[in-house]
Amino acid sequence: MKQVTATGQTVDEAVESALTQLNTTKERVEITIIDKGKKGIFGFFGSRPAVVKAEIKIDPIEEAKGFLKNVAEKMGALIDIEVVQEGKQVSFLLSGEKIALLIGKRGQTLNSLQYLTQLVINRFSDQYITVLLDAEDYRTRRNETLVQLAERLAQKALKSGRDVALEPMPSFERKVIHTALANNARVKTYSDGVEPHRYVVISPVK
Amino acid sequence: MKELIETIVKPLVDFPEDVQVNVLEEDHRVTYQLSVNKNDMGKVIGKQGRVANAIRTVVYAAGSSQQKKIFLEISE
Repeated sequence: MKQVTATGQTVDEAVESALTQLNTTKERVEITIIDKGKKGIFGFFGSRPAVVKAEIKIDPIEEAKGFLKNVAEKMGALIDIEVVQEGKQVSFLLSGEKIALLIGKRGQTLNSLQYLTQLVINRFSDQYITVLLDAEDYRTRRNETLVQLAERLAQKALKSGRDVALEPMPSFERKVIHTALANNARVKTYSDGVEPHRYVVISPVK
Repeated sequence: MKELIETIVKPLVDFPEDVQVNVLEEDHRVTYQLSVNKNDMGKVIGKQGRVANAIRTVVYAAGSSQQKKIFLEISE
């Protein structure tokens, strides 16, 4: 039961009654007053009870965390989730035994889970939230790999004098490549292709 | 596996009670036929199939330990 309508002699009493029915506290519900009620004359002529509607507020972060935990469990991986919120970005840091299953080849599974979690969280959130999923520091390790790759391929582009195209990557990984080579004046980088097959091209400056 | 698909899809749609998964087992392949409410089709497919692809990636990852090849079909 997520929502109840309650009555009482006053608004306060009606709210009180709604909270008891939902078994929760005032901070966790949203209350709409449907009827303020009327005292009436001598307490009974023309008196009307107060009516309020109380609805349990859904915490989008808790909802998303539960979603991740359920999905991981059904995949056969028991995990712990740590949540870090910074403004509009919410990070879920996963740890557990079978974490490799959740990361997948080149982070494919992790990226898919990240996208699905972002959909779930924004179904319940008022402002748009960006979700970041990380498992056992995978993103940090991947970023280091990407920076190394970028530098190596920049060398290759310079040596051969030709453009070098990387494999398709999600936007946040392409950004790592662009940023890594932003200060290198001898090459320029741009993205080509259409999502989800968009890829970075490293091109030597002539 | 059937439960996994339901766990992923139900929180994404407006009519979770209409989510159904049928299993078709053959010799070397298992096909999971996912059906959702007509109004929820867009939600499980997404822009250029982004959501559908994400669901498939997760489901295939979970099924990689099994011998049979797994397919996921989506219908109304």
